[in-house]
Amino acid sequence: MLQDKIQDVFNEPGCATNQAKSAKEKKKGCTKSLKPGAAAGGCAYDGAMIVLQPIADAAHLVHGPIACLGNSWDNRGSQSSGPQLYRTGFTTDLSELDVIGGGEKKLYRAIKEIVQQYDPPAVFVYQTCVPAMTGDDIAAVCRFASEKLGKPVIPVDAPGFVGSKNLGNKLAGEALLEHVIGTVEPEYTTPTDVCIIGEYNLAGELWLVKPLLDEIGIRLLSCISGDGRYKEVAQAHRARVTMMVCSQALVNVGRKMQERYGIPYFEGSFYGVSDMSDTLRTMARMLVERGADKSLIDRAEGVIAREESRVWRRLEPYKPRFDGKRVLLFTGGVKSWSMVSALEGAGLTILGTSTKKSTKEDKERIKKMKGEEFHQWDDLKPRDIYRMLADHQADIMMSGGRSQFISLKAKVPWLDINQERHHAYAGYDGIVNLCEEIDKTLSNPIWRQVRQPAPWESGPSSTLLAAE
Amino acid sequence: MSHIQRFPSAAKAATTNPLKMSQPLGAALAYLGIDRCLPLFHGSQGCTAFGLVLLVRHFREAIPLQTTAMDQVSTILGGYDNLEQAIRTIVERNKPAMIGVATTGVTETKGEDMGGQYTLFRQRNPDMADTALVFANTPDFAGGFEDGFAAAVTAMVERLVEPSPVRIPTQVNVLAGSHLSPGDVEELRDIIEGFGLSPIMLPDLSLSMAGRQPTDFTATSLGGVTVEQIRAMGASAATIVVGEHMRVAGNALELKTDVPSHFFSRLTGLEASDKLVRLLMELSGKPAPARLRRQREALVDAMLDGHFFFSRKRIAVALEPDLLYAVTGFLADMGAEVIAAVSPTQSPVLERLKAATIMVGDHSDLETLARDADLIVSNSHGRQGAARIGVALHRMGLPMFDRLGAGLRVQVGYRGTRELLCDIGNLFLAREMDHEGRGHGDAHGCGGGSCGCNAV
Ligand code: SF4
Repeated sequence: MLQDKIQDVFNEPGCATNQAKSAKEKKKGCTKSLKPGAAAGGCAYDGAMIVLQPIADAAHLVHGPIACLGNSWDNRGSQSSGPQLYRTGFTTDLSELDVIGGGEKKLYRAIKEIVQQYDPPAVFVYQTCVPAMTGDDIAAVCRFASEKLGKPVIPVDAPGFVGSKNLGNKLAGEALLEHVIGTVEPEYTTPTDVCIIGEYNLAGELWLVKPLLDEIGIRLLSCISGDGRYKEVAQAHRARVTMMVCSQALVNVGRKMQERYGIPYFEGSFYGVSDMSDTLRTMARMLVERGADKSLIDRAEGVIAREESRVWRRLEPYKPRFDGKRVLLFTGGVKSWSMVSALEGAGLTILGTSTKKSTKEDKERIKKMKGEEFHQWDDLKPRDIYRMLADHQADIMMSGGRSQFISLKAKVPWLDINQERHHAYAGYDGIVNLCEEIDKTLSNPIWRQVRQPAPWESGPSSTLLAAE
Repeated sequence: MSHIQRFPSAAKAATTNPLKMSQPLGAALAYLGIDRCLPLFHGSQGCTAFGLVLLVRHFREAIPLQTTAMDQVSTILGGYDNLEQAIRTIVERNKPAMIGVATTGVTETKGEDMGGQYTLFRQRNPDMADTALVFANTPDFAGGFEDGFAAAVTAMVERLVEPSPVRIPTQVNVLAGSHLSPGDVEELRDIIEGFGLSPIMLPDLSLSMAGRQPTDFTATSLGGVTVEQIRAMGASAATIVVGEHMRVAGNALELKTDVPSHFFSRLTGLEASDKLVRLLMELSGKPAPARLRRQREALVDAMLDGHFFFSRKRIAVALEPDLLYAVTGFLADMGAEVIAAVSPTQSPVLERLKAATIMVGDHSDLETLARDADLIVSNSHGRQGAARIGVALHRMGLPMFDRLGAGLRVQVGYRGTRELLCDIGNLFLAREMDHEGRGHGDAHGCGGGSCGCNAV
């Protein structure tokens, strides 16, 4: 069962990388087999959780020993404008006895307890490695619980060892397609209903975008899954257009919604000025093509024109401050690339980036945009990054939290642009936020101080004289 | 072990807002206190990523941690190949002095004979004889963080320590339990060195986890007790064992080396600190240094000044067993009433706890038990529940991801006890001075302080 699903996900026709492969390679899928002793990154369960947990009113129950949830809960910044149940960590916390005797009964009891105590609109149940090995059939338990308790109980079959985070994203998408999307009819629909896929409202980013959609007159019927409600996700099949935010992660959902319900999809991004404008433009155009009133396009253009002139005006003061400053960018995939033009527009020089998670197309696009001499590193070791930074080849590094210490230990400014960040960088306002954060970091007086030698280190004795 | 049955575990099937963390994570922390060590999880890669993120958020340090990257196929076939390949790769790439292996749920479900695999590895890889290897069994589905830490320390003692024909009278071993922060370990070293003794701390997080500025970036731990030092523990005059969960490792050490051990269940509190100082005076034959005398006087003074605010205060505590014991003991010393003590796992130390209710449970149990408490003491995960019931939260233990300097807090010895006393006392004092009642609602003006409200 799970194997079929994984094959299916690997055979994704909506994924360009996938289509470029031979039939045999396709079978192998997109998970490289990992090198023991040199692998990093999350597991499939992790990836599934990332996609589904932002559904804020649902209960998320992890079936497994304590490792999978106990070490990881409460570590993501998806925000909710209402219900908080998604922040509660539920797990069956399997013990030795459950491993020997099977955990299915305990799982059912756990679901029942949660339903009785919290009465959520639905319970998501996540399969993890150990019960997958011992053969717990979570799909059967969920079906049974669902009947008994009269609530949707959704199995998410993505035990960690089947693959990477990325595969887990897709398997979560499969769970939604199979059990959720299309199960609830909206009270009413409009010609401008859209569904956004792959936006998790980290640091409240969706809220920088939604007011613009409202103003244009586009209704966000369902966002998968940032600030999500179970019911909204369940009625996503009535959207007129789907937007895929992170094309790699959930392309299977967008494509299958097109197949099943005839909803066209496009890939867009909320990061960077021109990408943001393109996104609004495309959304409006596609809605009009599907029968929405033509005035939608004019309203979109109006908002775009106003916001663009506003954002460039607001970025103006940063230009002299950013002059000559060099940025090292380390982040996966497409996201960073949509930020590049905006950052350069604000006067920064982007030195190079890692392309570890980028596709061939991404790389081509980078080359086209930046020329051949621009650095692209496939696999740069932390030690090499450290050396580059310590040698002052860059003025700031932007990356995810795991690599922050490479930069900080080299006493070079660092900015978090991944999921644990506390600032929202989406939309027009987000770019201004980002520049503000860069400026704050770059201009902090600590950098001069921490690079001073200690009093007992030999060095220019001018420090004393310079001290007022 | 019949004695631990007295404490009820929650009868729930769903653990809600877990307090428990898994064994391998505890083992990883212990291994991180060894110089140039690379901890390795024998399991799928996800467990490693989660453990790594948790430790990074707590210590705000780069955390070296690797995985044998077991996938579905290797899980079925058995994990030896992955283990061997991982160790070889790590040695080639990073040249660590030691690799500390911890099994996980994935490898333990299949059941792998780690002793046999160790022998096999050594036979097949004579070129790697220089790298110390320690294997600990740490299944995710049994025990918890503290047990994993204990298993790793015991494994290191058994694998590395050697008996010695000589005794160095000034050398003492310290088995430092997981409830000691890097700051605590540092404090302990200071105290011991004050008597002219040289301690070997196993593990020594104070050197690796308390904020280093290396001149190069390494993929192994940087600083900590060295493998040579661990080997030399057999030549010490005495071993100081700190924490109930270090008892097994302490016994193993004594059995192997004949070095007599002295057991301390806690080092927080006036009497507990006195006991340590008395031992150190005996071991060294020296009087207590002036600095310690001043610190003791200051603690006595702080107890006199502070007891008003602690008397009869109702406090609920949820922490790892040995830290739970240390903190509830200290609170009782100060005249506070511990209304509830929640432990993530069973432990013999629960037997000796003084609290109205003692249970093995999670943060949701704590939330229920703490409804009319004056204070909650727990890790950062306690913030959601504390905010819901409107009780102030004093953060201790791990993880503490929403405060700076989590690893540097000192709560042992006279100085550390005084710091803890002031930190908690100030929470009570602030409330009395501000005329603020309990059960504060949304707009309670905590300013995002330590009250645990959502302002963070
Ligand atoms: S790899 Fe498996 S056992 Fe480890 S966290 Fe992921 S699901 Fe859990």
